[in-house]
Amino acid sequence: MTEQARFGAADLNSVRKTVIVEAPPAVAWRVFTEQMGAWWPLAVYKIGKTSAVDAMIEPRVGGRWYERGDDGSTCDWGTVLSWEPPFRLVLSWDISADWQPDPSLRTEIEVRFIAEGRNSTRVELEHRHLDRYGARRDAMRAVFNEDGGWGRLLQMFADRAAAGASP
Amino acid sequence: MINAERAMDALGDPTRRLVFKRLRNRTRSVGEIAEGMDVSRPAVSQHLKVLKAAGLVVVRAEGARRLYGVDTRGIEALRGWLDGFWEEALVAFKQAAEREATKGRKPR
Repeated sequence: MTEQARFGAADLNSVRKTVIVEAPPAVAWRVFTEQMGAWWPLAVYKIGKTSAVDAMIEPRVGGRWYERGDDGSTCDWGTVLSWEPPFRLVLSWDISADWQPDPSLRTEIEVRFIAEGRNSTRVELEHRHLDRYGARRDAMRAVFNEDGGWGRLLQMFADRAAAGASP
Repeated sequence: MINAERAMDALGDPTRRLVFKRLRNRTRSVGEIAEGMDVSRPAVSQHLKVLKAAGLVVVRAEGARRLYGVDTRGIEALRGWLDGFWEEALVAFKQAAEREATKGRKPR
């Protein structure tokens, strides 16, 4: 657990999550990268103006990560920084005030798929460089304030945090 | 009370954001922050007060000088929000992946 030591709980600059999935890494990878629209909470977590119907990742380094609206429009979330199926995926998440990729806001999401036994995968996710939001919170705020957008989700988590529940 | 929404409210003002940005790399005095900005020192002080109340800025005394720096609590609030978001997203992902794995298995 050297990794754990390196990114201890004291590391404010990233969020780390682990989930055990009862599926082989290849399946977990496929669902994460090819079927994101099937599990991503699009109803509350999207940035476009129209209703989002899908979330897509282009399967290559430099590929786009974007949402697709019900009117066919797309809205970029970030880009693929590393593409190593079915082991490791790194995405940038750069959302600016006008919903364009913004190099000044490159928070990163790394996802690792580690086989555990025959039919089980440990999925480790790290969302890092969170301090970069400091300069761009106006953009974040605009998103949070949209009716039925992140605002609801933010409120949910703010309530949870206020109640003192640990994540 | 420190929360993500309040931090973002505080940073909704462009001048305040600029003040905050100037503290990202090191601590500074009010005079140093105001330097080169089109804002008076009292105005900078006022912005710092709001940022401080939102948990984004801390102040410490160094001799006769008061130095301002970034407070991690504002970031922590945002981090808490993201932590909750990923928790929810990964649970949904787990369910989708396990459904997919079951689908792929041949019934015997």
